[in-house]
Amino acid sequence: MKPAPFDYYAPATISEACQLLSEASGGATVIAGGQTLMPLLNLRMSQPFILVDINNTAEMKGISAVDGGIRIGPATRQYEVLESELLVERLPLLVEAVRHVGHHQTRNRGTVGGSIALGEPAAELPACAVALGATIDIASVRGTRQVPASEFYLGPFMTVLEPDELVTGITFPAWPAGHLPLFSELAQRPGDFALVGVVGALALEAGKISRAGIAWMAMGPTPLKATAAEQLLLGKSLAEIDPQAVAEAAVAETAPFDDKRTSAEYRRTVGARLLARALRELTAQGEAA
Amino acid sequence: MSNHKIELTINGRQYSGDVEARTSLADFLRDDAGFTGVHLGCEHGVCGACTITVDGRAVRSCLMLAVQANGATVVTAEGLAAEDGTLHPVQQVMMEEHALQCGFCTPGVVMTLASLTGEGKQCSQAQIEGAMSGHICRCTGYQGIRRSAARLAYDAMGDSAQQGGDA
Ligand code: FES
Repeated sequence: MKPAPFDYYAPATISEACQLLSEASGGATVIAGGQTLMPLLNLRMSQPFILVDINNTAEMKGISAVDGGIRIGPATRQYEVLESELLVERLPLLVEAVRHVGHHQTRNRGTVGGSIALGEPAAELPACAVALGATIDIASVRGTRQVPASEFYLGPFMTVLEPDELVTGITFPAWPAGHLPLFSELAQRPGDFALVGVVGALALEAGKISRAGIAWMAMGPTPLKATAAEQLLLGKSLAEIDPQAVAEAAVAETAPFDDKRTSAEYRRTVGARLLARALRELTAQGEAA
Repeated sequence: MSNHKIELTINGRQYSGDVEARTSLADFLRDDAGFTGVHLGCEHGVCGACTITVDGRAVRSCLMLAVQANGATVVTAEGLAAEDGTLHPVQQVMMEEHALQCGFCTPGVVMTLASLTGEGKQCSQAQIEGAMSGHICRCTGYQGIRRSAARLAYDAMGDSAQQGGDA
């Protein structure tokens, strides 16, 4: 037995969960899949007094089409994304991204909301949420609020969530049918966090890019939206894209760091290559079509 | 510090227990239920030695609390062979392919392979190999494990095992 002692609750509803978080005044931690939290508990880097398990909270689960997009309950397991026909058809980027999240065994237990709420800057799902323009639904006994993913992250493992707040949903806006997902990352081994990576989606209307959402992983303290690159892409046909110029503009907006995995310089160089290559592949697809 | 009564099925038999909230499922299986085939390598989700199936899916038992397994159906490596000792197809193939050396990582590897290749399951070689990235073998006996995985994929899908699919 490695973790420090705690009390355990598995509330059946969101309001009960919020009540528990509120009463704990900062001493509670939410456990979803536990694939990051359990190691932290075992290492005693996290020592909550109370563990609030949302695995029995039915309202927190499932992938559903909602007005204007797709809602994913935070306690939805990562493997469920891989098996969701709705997502394969409507948000293929998420499906591709989840294939790179951890391993088969951790995806069987790990959740979408866990990854989103953790805020690891090198993780795939937070970057996807930022790129696709998702909204994070948040609840507490004080009420509910919606925060755009691009404003949800404050720094490495830091989000706007207050200690009494709970993520209750991640809502992705609809993207036009047939939009093109873009995913490219470099990791030391399959399942590792990205050394650097880029995700995104491009929608075309009458042959021109009408909507672009691109975000970086591990290129700053949070997942970073590549706004300049998106601007360069809008209005262009795939053939008109200058992958190198877009990649350079995108990297210019980043703030990568040196860490034990690799250097900022490496991240800039490889990041530009990854984005340019992904764009070239899309251009080639455009020519073939 | 809360205590919880749990009931679960392990390898086909009902078990109940009274666990402290912080007890991992791995510790419960080993120390309370006696299934020491659940091997603990790292105890923080890296090595895969503790892999079991919970409701048919391979998971790391060190990354789950025992209380979270209340009501679940758990299978450990001990639950695979038949009563008369006849090996499970995964165990048989791994034996023939010499897919273990020291044997420490083996119960986890066996459980992932068994979860993917059970009756009526279709799994490509790429899917199986992808899933094996969740296991570390310190003897580096990966070639035997890969040969076993390839054979199991072939048995499940024939020639089409070679094609497509991701982890
Ligand atoms: S002991 Fe559970 S993954 Fe290593």
